[in-house]
Amino acid sequence: MFKRFMIVFLAALMIGGLFLNGMVHAEGVNIYSARKEALIKRLLDRFTQKTGIEVNLVTGKADALLKRLEAEGRLSPADILLTVDAGRLERAKEMGLLQPVYSKVLERHIPSNLRDPSGYWYGLSVRARTIIYAKDRVLPEELSTYEDLASLKWRGRILIRSSSNIYNQSLVASMIEAKGVKKTEEWARAIVRNMARPPKGGDTDQLRAVAAGEGDIAIVNTYYFARLLASGDPQDRAIAEKLAVFWPDQDGRGVHINISGAGVTKSAKNRENAIKLLEFLISNESQRWYAEVNHEYPVRPDVPVSEILRRWGDFRSDSINLAVLGKNNAEAVKLMDRAGWR
Amino acid sequence: MEVKEVLNISADRPSTRMMNVLRRVLNYTLDRWSIFNLLVAGVVSIPPVVVLGYIFVPAGEVWSHLVDTVLREYVLNTLKLMAGVGTGSLIIGVVTAWLCTMYRFPGQRMFEWLLILPMAMPAYIIAYTYTGMFEFAGPVQTYLRESFGWGRGDYWFQEIRSMGGAIVVMSLVLYPYVYLLSRSAFLGQSVCMLEVSRTMGYGRWQGFVSIALPLARPAIVTGLSLVMMETISDYGTVEYFGIPVFTTGIFRTWFGLGDLPSSAQLASLLLIFVFVLVAIERFSRGRARYHHTSTRYRAIPTHHLKGVKAVLGFTVCLIPLSLGFLLPGIQLGVWAVQTAQRMLNEEFIRLVVNTLIVAGSASILTLIIATLMAYGLRVRNLPMLRLAARVATIGYAIPGTVIAVGVFVPFTRLDRTINSRMEATFNISTGLILSGTIFILLFAYLVRFLTISFNTVDAGFARITPSMSDAAQTLGLRAGSRLIRIEVPVIKGSLLTALVLVFIDVMKELPATLILRPFNFNTLAVRAFELASDERLADSAGAALAIVTAGIIPVILLSRAITSSRPGHSGR
Repeated sequence: MFKRFMIVFLAALMIGGLFLNGMVHAEGVNIYSARKEALIKRLLDRFTQKTGIEVNLVTGKADALLKRLEAEGRLSPADILLTVDAGRLERAKEMGLLQPVYSKVLERHIPSNLRDPSGYWYGLSVRARTIIYAKDRVLPEELSTYEDLASLKWRGRILIRSSSNIYNQSLVASMIEAKGVKKTEEWARAIVRNMARPPKGGDTDQLRAVAAGEGDIAIVNTYYFARLLASGDPQDRAIAEKLAVFWPDQDGRGVHINISGAGVTKSAKNRENAIKLLEFLISNESQRWYAEVNHEYPVRPDVPVSEILRRWGDFRSDSINLAVLGKNNAEAVKLMDRAGWR
Repeated sequence: MEVKEVLNISADRPSTRMMNVLRRVLNYTLDRWSIFNLLVAGVVSIPPVVVLGYIFVPAGEVWSHLVDTVLREYVLNTLKLMAGVGTGSLIIGVVTAWLCTMYRFPGQRMFEWLLILPMAMPAYIIAYTYTGMFEFAGPVQTYLRESFGWGRGDYWFQEIRSMGGAIVVMSLVLYPYVYLLSRSAFLGQSVCMLEVSRTMGYGRWQGFVSIALPLARPAIVTGLSLVMMETISDYGTVEYFGIPVFTTGIFRTWFGLGDLPSSAQLASLLLIFVFVLVAIERFSRGRARYHHTSTRYRAIPTHHLKGVKAVLGFTVCLIPLSLGFLLPGIQLGVWAVQTAQRMLNEEFIRLVVNTLIVAGSASILTLIIATLMAYGLRVRNLPMLRLAARVATIGYAIPGTVIAVGVFVPFTRLDRTINSRMEATFNISTGLILSGTIFILLFAYLVRFLTISFNTVDAGFARITPSMSDAAQTLGLRAGSRLIRIEVPVIKGSLLTALVLVFIDVMKELPATLILRPFNFNTLAVRAFELASDERLADSAGAALAIVTAGIIPVILLSRAITSSRPGHSGR
């Protein structure tokens, strides 16, 4: 009885598996996304609505998706790889998982430092990693550059998350490019010394901690702060009211930025649809959505930012090509390991 | 007649004679059970072996960097965490199990199943929730500061995101493994043993310490080893708390340094931890066996607690329940209500259905295979088979994402081979048949959770004396019928425990699901994690609460089944 039951059960599994596999249509466009579903789904639905092209989505951790793409090789069903930092796109390119695409629309609208020079990947939205300070304890005049955060006056006052976090790795990678490994490592050591507490939690946690007085300044991505400001929860807004944005390094390199972006996979079977989707994602409509709903900066200079972001004013951003972040990432992690940045 | 002649003739040929000899040898050493065992073990151990295989990739400078800088800390912290969570869940689990089995006090009948509930709470969810409540910026500390006019540094408050916090949080959701297994062991113990100990002048406490506890050792250790494995493969909690342990190191090395081989080597090192632990326990057990020979069962004579003792019993059971379940549950409930309008929709129902389907089929599949394996070992206990079972059930200790790599790398290779063969011969491209389907997902669950099922069932078998099965054999029952007619009814409690444990674990499972699932396939755990890791804790509460709620029903059924599964149980 057991045996018969098992055979039936396994057969059902197999058939079910095949069936589900068949459900992924050759038509349409298939995405492997390191971006959370909630932050992209509505845009994709809108794309389907407009073009009739169906979009299939799997989300996951970027490097696990890269590994899956690599293992699947030319049979991979994925057409587009979407990530939330340039470093991973660069890594995918180096692993030979992407193919170059040329599109006049993409090239016209995306500034050249926010896309791969040879068209392997394109930035879709911009996030800035900046300084947020407690209004009652810090004067904006006291702040100047990222480098200045290493000075002794910030001892025990800085809040920043773990060095396992990709945004910190990218920040350090960009500093390595500008200052070299040795100077950056000294900086990282000083930051560790100046931390208000050992790194823990996410960016929002750092903001809450500043508001509660556990530290005086935090280094976070802008959209987390914007989200608190726009929150439906009055407590969140009360926290955000105690904080303000400072744009560092305006006379030097500028604010460190990163992108969420995408590339067409080498194995793409729906290449045309994939390019259409990328073009849709940088259309005026989508870019506005990034701004209004996610509180990110549009990648297109001609699309207005959200009301909250507008109040923070314009800033000068670091103009290095973001491919550098991928190149320096491993060095950044090792450097932070040596500096004792958890 | 004719056929026989043909056979006789052919048997004379040297090559077929060889075959016959070989067949006879095989029949002697390997019956169908053993072949099944080897086959399953072979397939299930592919992913861990793929991971271990990375050991042979030459270690680059990344590895020496790790040794120079962070490896020491990873090892120390992992050991600390294991020791802490192990001790915590051992104490909570065994004490509450003993109380609920041997004593009667107000609420005891409820506690029997309530105490299992924290298990349905994913560790990272309780970590997020507790942080939300108890961190410096959280409501509790803010309230304290505002009421007493304190500032930062004026008072002491246990930092929740610390090693201590991680130990507490993880113990609170992992102790049910120990509780469940030791409870079914206590229930299965013959009263005679305890009565003998009483006639020899032992009190209740002495009877517990020197009779019941040692007898329940296989079950308790099984529960504890599950706790340990879950502890070292956890990523969500330690990452959020900023504690550098092996798993954080594995992902840092893979994601940050882009070096998968080195991170797999770290994972392999982790496996050595587990092997050593298991070996120590086996060694210390020696030749002791834990079944009992008496076949006389009656309901356990329970002791009614009164007055202060009753209050004490009640409180002891209430503490882990409220900290591990009620408190975070209420917080999740509040958040879920706040966000219901946005988060409760048609799609949410599909999440629930998906989750129940995968958890249901994975737990049944795992149970069937685990039972057949454990029984195969009982029928024929060869060292080779023991070893095979050990290797096949190591998956639980490997972080889910790493196991996922071990799953899809060989599967996609198989798919590619099939595809190129088909293309060459028939000019048809079959594409990826297995990877990217529900099938591969179920296989990953099997690899990861076979440990739980197998250990639980095996511990169940360990408690019934082989003479029962032997008697059935002399009466002419074959192994298969013996399993169904003798063993299965006797260890029904263990089987159900295994089923529910895997069911709940699959519902909570995140990393492997995330990376292996087909397009457009979401589960509750995926949804809860995506929102929580996007720092939208309140939005994730609905999905998290649904996981917990879906876990309650099987937990209640299980608890009733365990109680009534005791031989000699006559209902109450």
